[in-house]
Amino acid sequence: MNYLHNIGAYFLMTAEMFRKPTKWSVMKQLILKDIDDLIIGSLGIVAFISFFVGGVVSIQTALNIDNPLIPKYLVGFATRQSIVLEFAPTFISIIMAGKVGSFITSSIGTMRVTEQIDALEVMGINAVNYLVFPKFIALLLYPFVISIAMFLGIIGGMAACVYGGFSSVEDYIVGIQTDFIPFHIVYAFIKTIVFAFILATIPSFHGYYMKGGALEVGKASTTSFVWTSVVVIVINYFLTQMLLG
Amino acid sequence: MIEVKDLHKSFGDAHILKGITTTFDKGKTNLIIGQSGSGKTVFLKCLLGLFNYEEGSIAYNGQVFSKLSEDEKRNIRAEIGMVFQGSALFDSMTIAENVMFPLRMFTKQSKSEMEDRVDFVLKRVNLDDAHKKMPSEASGGMQKRVAIARAIVNNPKYLFCDEPNSGLDPKTSIVIDNLIQEITDEYQITTVINSHDMNSVMEIGEKIVFLKNGLKEWEGSKDTIFKTDNQSVTDFVYSSNLFKKVRRVYLEENS
Repeated sequence: MNYLHNIGAYFLMTAEMFRKPTKWSVMKQLILKDIDDLIIGSLGIVAFISFFVGGVVSIQTALNIDNPLIPKYLVGFATRQSIVLEFAPTFISIIMAGKVGSFITSSIGTMRVTEQIDALEVMGINAVNYLVFPKFIALLLYPFVISIAMFLGIIGGMAACVYGGFSSVEDYIVGIQTDFIPFHIVYAFIKTIVFAFILATIPSFHGYYMKGGALEVGKASTTSFVWTSVVVIVINYFLTQMLLG
Repeated sequence: MIEVKDLHKSFGDAHILKGITTTFDKGKTNLIIGQSGSGKTVFLKCLLGLFNYEEGSIAYNGQVFSKLSEDEKRNIRAEIGMVFQGSALFDSMTIAENVMFPLRMFTKQSKSEMEDRVDFVLKRVNLDDAHKKMPSEASGGMQKRVAIARAIVNNPKYLFCDEPNSGLDPKTSIVIDNLIQEITDEYQITTVINSHDMNSVMEIGEKIVFLKNGLKEWEGSKDTIFKTDNQSVTDFVYSSNLFKKVRRVYLEENS
């Protein structure tokens, strides 16, 4: 029963996010601040993880291909497919659920605990629009982060492959060009936009409706990470079935 | 003026407010007092529109809040200034930005006009050199004064304060009390203060509403509270020996 109540409250909150908009001159600054916090601030960790995981994917692929009849360029092909289809949009979203999601939950939760949200409401400001909408708009740049993750993942794969002696640069490049289907990029970006909405709203929901003190802010951050990850995984399954199945 | 009629509020089975009727007058410091759990904070949050209530009505200058359209409610909220117990300053903004916030949200003033107004208000609360400080760098007393400055910057008609002296030393408490009273008098605001600080009651209680178990037990002023024979009020207000002596001296001098 409690789950149903929370799901209902979540959808009401997302509807509220688009009502009674905050003055544009103020909203503009909030969006820029959130782009800095959520997008620019995540680039470093996303780049680092993408490069090394790309490397690991290519090494694992190369090590598991021991049949001499399988062409060497398959390493590049498999790495590209893994990174473009799943690693960049889904795996990075799980990481972002931890980094960005817990930041959103704890910052909004702290505002709830210290009555800053009450202060907004007393002033007649739509606190959901003021706090959540700029995060959603900022996260519309999330495909940009995922593009960087795709690029660096493939480059990391190439570096590991070449320096590990598993294949040549030429073979790897042939591999990443083989059977390229442009719709796979569209599929990845559709998922990314849906995940961006989830990353903005589920952590905000957990922060906005939390009750209690500092300890509960920590608990809400953990719960928000768990639920954001679960929803990303489940939505990923359905989107894959719908778009590629 | 704020008129409250037969206000009821429950949380599940817990009936917190059991029919409160009172008025809060313009240009006066109106105090709500009572023991912890008496319903003061719930009452204040109902007045602010943060809690919905089951029965009764709250009217701001004759306009019953629950019957207003969303736009009309927003207009009334824009006329409300609030000082929260923990100040509730936005910790990502400087003190000047905190004070400027209501102006940015609700007015079309130019940046220089807003800065002039912020300078004036911060000077009014004796904080003319704290503009660039972050709230975390300010003391409790300073934070309260910033909260008062933010509450009055947009010339509100109503000022609500939730325990404005909590966590402050006696000297700073008196400064805050006097500031609130001066501002109330100067701008003819309807001020409602939720307090259990007896110094405030004696100093600035132009109207006092005493709550007990969700009901209005007594109402009067700082003068009549000395003379009341209501046992609940005297037990609460004169619970310390110091205030018992103050009352005895007052009654002797005025007998």
